[in-house]
Amino acid sequence: MSTLLEVTDLRVTLRTARGPADALRGVSFAMQRGDTVGLIGESGCGKSITALALMGLLPDGAQVAGSIRFGGQELTTLDEDALCALRGGRIGMIFQEPMTALNPLHTIGRQIAEPLRLHKGLSAAAARAEALRLLQRVQLPQAEKRLDAYPHQMSGGQRQRVVIAIALACGPDLLIADEPTTALDVTIQREVLDLIAELVAEDGMGLLLISHDLGVMAETVQRMLVMYGGTVVESGPTAEVFRHLAHPYTRGLFAARPQLGLPRGTRLATIPGRVPDLADLPAGCPFADRCSRVIDDCRRALPAPVAVGPDHAARCIRLDTAEAQRA
Amino acid sequence: MTAPLLQVEGLVKHYRLPRERLLAPPPVVRALEGVDFTLAAGRSLGVVGESGSGKSTLARLVMALEAPTAGQVLLDGQDLHALAPAALRAARDKLQMVFQDPYGSLDPRRTVLQTVAEPLRVLHGAGAAEQRERAAQVLQAVGLGQEALAKYPHEFSGGQRQRIAIARALITRPQLIVADEPVSALDVSVQAQVLNLMQDLQQQFGLAFLFISHDLAVVDMVCDEVIVLYQGRIVERGAPAQLFRQAAHPYTRALLAAVPRMQPGLRRSAPPVAPPLAATPAAEGCAFLPRCRFADARCARERPLLRDLQPGGAHAAACHAAETVTAMPQNV
Repeated sequence: MSTLLEVTDLRVTLRTARGPADALRGVSFAMQRGDTVGLIGESGCGKSITALALMGLLPDGAQVAGSIRFGGQELTTLDEDALCALRGGRIGMIFQEPMTALNPLHTIGRQIAEPLRLHKGLSAAAARAEALRLLQRVQLPQAEKRLDAYPHQMSGGQRQRVVIAIALACGPDLLIADEPTTALDVTIQREVLDLIAELVAEDGMGLLLISHDLGVMAETVQRMLVMYGGTVVESGPTAEVFRHLAHPYTRGLFAARPQLGLPRGTRLATIPGRVPDLADLPAGCPFADRCSRVIDDCRRALPAPVAVGPDHAARCIRLDTAEAQRA
Repeated sequence: MTAPLLQVEGLVKHYRLPRERLLAPPPVVRALEGVDFTLAAGRSLGVVGESGSGKSTLARLVMALEAPTAGQVLLDGQDLHALAPAALRAARDKLQMVFQDPYGSLDPRRTVLQTVAEPLRVLHGAGAAEQRERAAQVLQAVGLGQEALAKYPHEFSGGQRQRIAIARALITRPQLIVADEPVSALDVSVQAQVLNLMQDLQQQFGLAFLFISHDLAVVDMVCDEVIVLYQGRIVERGAPAQLFRQAAHPYTRALLAAVPRMQPGLRRSAPPVAPPLAATPAAEGCAFLPRCRFADARCARERPLLRDLQPGGAHAAACHAAETVTAMPQNV
């Protein structure tokens, strides 16, 4: 089976008021159909920029280097028309905020039918029939009545189901979900994640899930990439990453997350300092200024990925001391 | 026993919506349907529930930003909603608020000094020297230096902005801080810093917190007591250790079951709870009934009242089947 998506040394430079910002500094990963991959990190780490680069939706003036191959086709050099044919067709996207992702002036039936008419050339009647089938598939109650409803008549969870139906309309090979449940209540989050997992398993598409929540990652994806300062600092099978927490940042992220069952008054371990500004990233390891194990060499150059286990690597030159500290 | 710092009694808030038809009565949103609780000085009370459960309405009523439809909010024995405007302003010293979004809650055109000192200026007419001195003190308490005073919000990160918002709340030396989702807009690593800070400040100044959050893990860690709101009513109340380890209300169980666990590969079967219904449930009967798997005929007939499950009132739930639910094992 050929690789569905192969990202190689992807670099993105954004033009900002404060000068060029290296939003991505060499991101590489690959996925097959049926793979579920998670991108996790905090604001400004580059996870959403990665998704936008895949969709060809980077802001004006962004410079892209490296390669994105999707189904054997190079996307970085594709023109806008060809990208339009891919977006909503072979690549579906679920956004964070369903209220802004949907057009308030159009019925949801029309919004689901739009990609079907555009990409598949269905007639209005056929597209409407297909839209109904999709709404039933995302388990929206009373789907038939809802076709003519407007987004404001629905709850947040229902709207997100509609957004998922639109993303799935043309049977994409790759589904990109950018924080799909962040705006939702925890009970609704559970349902939406279950729905996405179910649909991905049924259709065998690839899922790229972007989230800041370790719990969401743990339950939804097989592989995860931990991003920080525009690079992937750790990548591997989710279970392995959770077991080893090889990179100091991954470990910090774990320790800082409140978990049920901590006694009253527990002090969380914090990561000192703040997330670096992409406009002035240090030359070396982006985490150096916040890391307890930093040595001079860390600041010299961006560490290369070091193998931690099979298919599991971390960009850290101090992994040996990390292991020692754990023991 | 001394009187509690904050006592909320029978708090009801209905919002009338615009008329949909000329002759029909205007629709009413029942945001709060009778909420009672007390909060002692120096303690933390967590308020959890889904969106629309009434959490933020409760915060606004406790802050006396809106008038309740019925009920009282007593701070140090004074009913805030019965006070004359001047007396209410005087009482505002004792209660301050921290909002969710530190990008929206700080005026971008004002310096940190102007923002942080505003409560002093407005409530006391404090002079410039006093404003400056007190602002520097509270900024130090939240871990920011004097140089921050002359800067503007855009020069700070999200976590630092939330520290500034906390400093503004501290400057009147309040006894109660109402915090509405104070860390949910922050990154995980920064969230931990702010949570630690809030706990330190509580110890240092003997603050009471009314801590509103959708994140059960956060509430578990920082609160002495928790109330769970569902459609404007308290459905369960208790210490977090009790409530999160042995929840007595099916809704609390559902909230807990929905929290993602940090165990890769663990997939839970069967959705823990039916989706919330848009329709308002019957006037009598339990509001949670349409989503509940323990419901029987009695639940439709008779609304369960909040009742003590233990002598002493440390743990209470509004469910006819509370004993059955409590006896079920719970994985946390």
